[in-house]
Amino acid sequence: MKATHKLLAGACAAALLAGAAPAQAERGADGQLNIIYWQAVSILNPFLSGGTKDVEGSSLVLEPLARYDETGTMVPWLVDVIPSLENGGVSEDLKSITWKLKPGIKWSDGTDFTAEDVAFTAAYCMDESGGCQQVAAFTDVESVEVIDPLTVKVNFAVAKPFPYGPFVGAQSPIIQKAQFADCMGAKAPECTDANFGPNGTGPYVVSEFKPNDVVVFAPNPHYRDAAKPAFSTVVFKGGGDAAAAARSVLETGEFDYAWNLQVEPEILTQMAAAGKGTVVSAFGTSVERIHTNFSNPDPALGDARSTLEGGKHPFLTDPAVTKALSLAIDREILVEAGYGAAGQVTCNVLPAPEIYNSTNNDWCKTPDVDEANRLLDEAGYEMGSDGVRAKDGVRLSILFQTSTNSVRQGTQALLKQMWQEIGVETELRNISASVFFGGDPSSPDTFQKFYADLEMYTNNFDGTDPEAYMASWRCSEIPSPKTNWLGANMPRFCSEEYDALVAEMAGTAELEKRAELAIKMNDMLMESGAIIPLIHRGGVSAHAVTLEGVKMNEWDSELWNIADWTRAE
Amino acid sequence: MTDQPIPAGGATPAGGPALVAAPAMPKHRSQWSDVWRQFASHRGALAGMAVFLFIILLCTLGAFIHDVDPQKLDIRAKNQLMSWEHPLGTDNLGRDMLAQIIAGGQVSLAVGVTAMLLSLLVGTLIGVLSGYFRRLDGPLMRFTDLFLALPLLPLLLVIIMLFRDMLRTAFGPESGIFILIVFVIGITSWMQTARIVRGDVLALKEREFVLAAKSIGTPSRRIILRHILPNVLSPIMVSATLGVANAIITESALSFLGLGFPSDFPTWGRLLYDGANFMTLTPDRVIWPGLAISLTVLSVNYIGDGLRDALDPRIRGR
Amino acid sequence: MLTYTLRRLAFAVPALLAISFIIFAILDLAPSDPTAQLPLTIPPEVREKIRLSLGLGEPFAVRYWKWLIQFFVNEPLNLIEQWTGWSFGDGDRLRVLSWQTRSPVVDLIAQRMPQTLWVVGMSYVLGALIAIPIGVISAYRQYSWFDQFGTLFSMVGFSIPTFFTGLLFIVIFSVNLEWFPSIYDTTHEVTDWESFVFQIKQMIMPTMVLGLYNASQISRFMRASMLDNLGQDYVRTARAKGMTEKVVVLVHVMRNSLIPVVTVLALNLPQVFGGAIITEQIFKVNGLGQLLIGAIEGGDIPTVQTLTFIFAVLIVLFNLIADLLYGILDPRIRYD
Repeated sequence: MKATHKLLAGACAAALLAGAAPAQAERGADGQLNIIYWQAVSILNPFLSGGTKDVEGSSLVLEPLARYDETGTMVPWLVDVIPSLENGGVSEDLKSITWKLKPGIKWSDGTDFTAEDVAFTAAYCMDESGGCQQVAAFTDVESVEVIDPLTVKVNFAVAKPFPYGPFVGAQSPIIQKAQFADCMGAKAPECTDANFGPNGTGPYVVSEFKPNDVVVFAPNPHYRDAAKPAFSTVVFKGGGDAAAAARSVLETGEFDYAWNLQVEPEILTQMAAAGKGTVVSAFGTSVERIHTNFSNPDPALGDARSTLEGGKHPFLTDPAVTKALSLAIDREILVEAGYGAAGQVTCNVLPAPEIYNSTNNDWCKTPDVDEANRLLDEAGYEMGSDGVRAKDGVRLSILFQTSTNSVRQGTQALLKQMWQEIGVETELRNISASVFFGGDPSSPDTFQKFYADLEMYTNNFDGTDPEAYMASWRCSEIPSPKTNWLGANMPRFCSEEYDALVAEMAGTAELEKRAELAIKMNDMLMESGAIIPLIHRGGVSAHAVTLEGVKMNEWDSELWNIADWTRAE
Repeated sequence: MTDQPIPAGGATPAGGPALVAAPAMPKHRSQWSDVWRQFASHRGALAGMAVFLFIILLCTLGAFIHDVDPQKLDIRAKNQLMSWEHPLGTDNLGRDMLAQIIAGGQVSLAVGVTAMLLSLLVGTLIGVLSGYFRRLDGPLMRFTDLFLALPLLPLLLVIIMLFRDMLRTAFGPESGIFILIVFVIGITSWMQTARIVRGDVLALKEREFVLAAKSIGTPSRRIILRHILPNVLSPIMVSATLGVANAIITESALSFLGLGFPSDFPTWGRLLYDGANFMTLTPDRVIWPGLAISLTVLSVNYIGDGLRDALDPRIRGR
Repeated sequence: MLTYTLRRLAFAVPALLAISFIIFAILDLAPSDPTAQLPLTIPPEVREKIRLSLGLGEPFAVRYWKWLIQFFVNEPLNLIEQWTGWSFGDGDRLRVLSWQTRSPVVDLIAQRMPQTLWVVGMSYVLGALIAIPIGVISAYRQYSWFDQFGTLFSMVGFSIPTFFTGLLFIVIFSVNLEWFPSIYDTTHEVTDWESFVFQIKQMIMPTMVLGLYNASQISRFMRASMLDNLGQDYVRTARAKGMTEKVVVLVHVMRNSLIPVVTVLALNLPQVFGGAIITEQIFKVNGLGQLLIGAIEGGDIPTVQTLTFIFAVLIVLFNLIADLLYGILDPRIRYD
């Protein structure tokens, strides 16, 4: 690597100049850092691409006002304190929040970072014609006012008990007004130079970018801490697959950090045995779950298929059936076969943060085939001669779909066998992720259309507040032809009581009360059988043993503290 | 062709202008027994035939000898190496590899051979037509260009979206998907054969024996079947052998697009793909499916070699 | 020959237009979606807005027409401006923009060219260089040990897919022997001997994997075609005339045997520009193949359409070249 040689030479020269002083307190003294994300970065403007790889790639450059640390606690980043009701930063009526910026922060081009930039960022993202992908963070924002160069006030249209949507976390960073002023609205995608090399306040700046391939970063000369960052170059390579990325860190040692290593656990263990790297994991809010179709997916229904108008499902609306399905699953085996350190058994769709985690559904943690069989017997499903239960001519035969991914197909196979033991017949189907999650209304295979009985995938929410997430299972969120199949309520779960709880949570500010409501909603979903949670999934990454300072974070960008990363001797 | 007697079955395969005019020979040896005799004298072809038959037998009867359910999971016996209980070890979900290879072989062989035949048929037809008839050449070759240029993945997604449910209801889930897969592989792999056959036909139709046949008023259909086709047999045979390998591998790629057989349905290509990452942990997972594919392709190749020699009158006469 | 060439070229224009329309229609019909790869935390309403901002709300015909204008008018004008420095109009033309990167597709392609040509191109050169001698010798000494070994080698080479050989090479040469890097560095520039050696090192594995695959295919066709020709009358005549064996085999037979090989090469050469999807993925070469597959997975219609169309142009062009070569190799083939 030519670049390496030059950099090493540079680093040596720097070390010589510094005399015998220890190298770690020097900006750019630790040479090159190689990061591999097997999905390559497409663009460095997270507002134009919400893909995790793009958000995390740009997080070396762009920063939010406050972000989450590895424990999920909010920490001030470009401000000194986080505004709250107690310190007066949040108004009494919960309709505004005032941020006071840290003085002296500069953009990488040397100009001052001001409240104008913050207000501009909001205007940029909220522009209707721009197609901003992070606009959900700005929900209910009425206006963003500049009070003085270091003070900015966000006004909401309604009372916001949790006003930390805009400008908090990696999904909502600040961009520079001077650079993006001509890129508003429909012109946003045409500003290629700005989108590929944004000015930022973060520890690094872009020095070379090959979209969908590699980004090369250099230290930001105007970064607020003169001793950081430690590396003189960061190479951010993309491509290949998760196993190959893991191999390049753990076995060949070519790279220092690899992201999202969803690989069978035994392979990861074997690679880690080479001793060149360490596997790290952290848990956020991701849950691998099965959604139950409460509506009837019978193809004979035509356009009414999988809609509430088409009638309810012949057997899945019976809680005895879904409870038996859940009881028959040995979740420990699923974790062992497909997730290893990256998975924990869960019985809730909302397993984290800790205060929201319900303990009322823990029966699912111990599989009990006998109890499952008893439940089905009791509900009137009799075992047929072919080993499949039936009631009134309705056989317990299910079509189970998910996206194409080797771990998911393994889980599917295991579940099929577990359900066979309670007399349930399963047909497996896997669909290319680009179709399954694509939401093309003309395709029959999307997860919204749900032309199957069960479907499995992972979902989570950004940040630590579950209000918007729990609102996904309201009646109004049910996808149907009328809404062009838009909506997040895949199970077609509909309960007035649940909708009332959602409304109540939106008006409650007190944290304990909110937690109580969220747990209640979670339990309602579990008891109805709309969702069968399987695994609380964590992020898995690997870093070289010589790389220090990595604090794996699932609540924010994994590279949130890259300014503190150093190379051990 | 002057120093040897005109081969038996005079008006059969081409070779030289003399053949066309030659009357039927008095010796009553049937043409096919000649072909078989030549084929049997080709040791490679016989060996290939034996291996191929063995593989077919293994895949059809093997399941009766080693009667383990290939889909049976036993998570406690995962990633095992060879043992008496699992002669070829197990995979990472504890499925028996031998049972999977036997079950996978049935599918892979059926898909490989049928898809190869389909693509060969289409390819040869289009190649011969466009090489022989100048008027058809332009349109047919642009049609070939179109198929070469089509982006395969989106095309597959469209095909599956349009036809999967239809075939499923018409033929049932398994044979419906089988037909779909054979069709998809056949329809996307005939272009090379077509181009190669056309190239050869272009040269052949200017040769003396074809010109001679034309000049005595032999109809085009007869010229093509009797004189042109036998002479383009060798590139067709090569395409056939490569086609089997190609079909087996393509099938595995399809199942990863969610287009192929359901994920708990083993095939050789799939077993190899699934096993690739486990190469260093349980080498059995890649060695056996890899060997099965290679042996099949190798034996088909030798059979093809023998067939070509046997059907070539010039060689047969020697 | 010249009139034939001109006629073919003239005919190619409507054919290519039809091909571009069919490709566009298929891409439009395909159920993949540009928002599929976004995290599920982005709500459905926002996804719908994103789709609209990409122009997906407009009717099919309008989108196809826009692409035609962008590709056939705006892009060439832009190229001319860049080369000559002239300017046409206000220079504010909409170029073909990728949905994933929001940057001009043509720039992306230009960026991917070097690594694709280095790796994929070299593998074809290597493949042909290995295959033609193997094919000739195998046929000339049919059923000798060399032929048997060559057959075994090429059949195994063809039947074992590149996703497997690539991984095997990495495990052996990168993990165990640590000879070659497993990840291709696209930012590397060759400036001196040392950097040239590094370039060779990082190219060796992908080139070998692809080269072996190509070689096994080409050598089979070469061998079969040589065998056909070795039995022909003209060979006997040439030998009878007292020509040396070398001249007979290498000049007479080989020339006449090249037709299928030329076809295979002409079919495969456009694929150099299409890249090698699997091999590029395994060694992280990130050339045109990776660009195409990434765009397909991301539902990036403008990128897929542009790449496939350029690919189609190359196919039509190379097939024309092959046809002309047939005429040179075998003067009896005439097209007029």
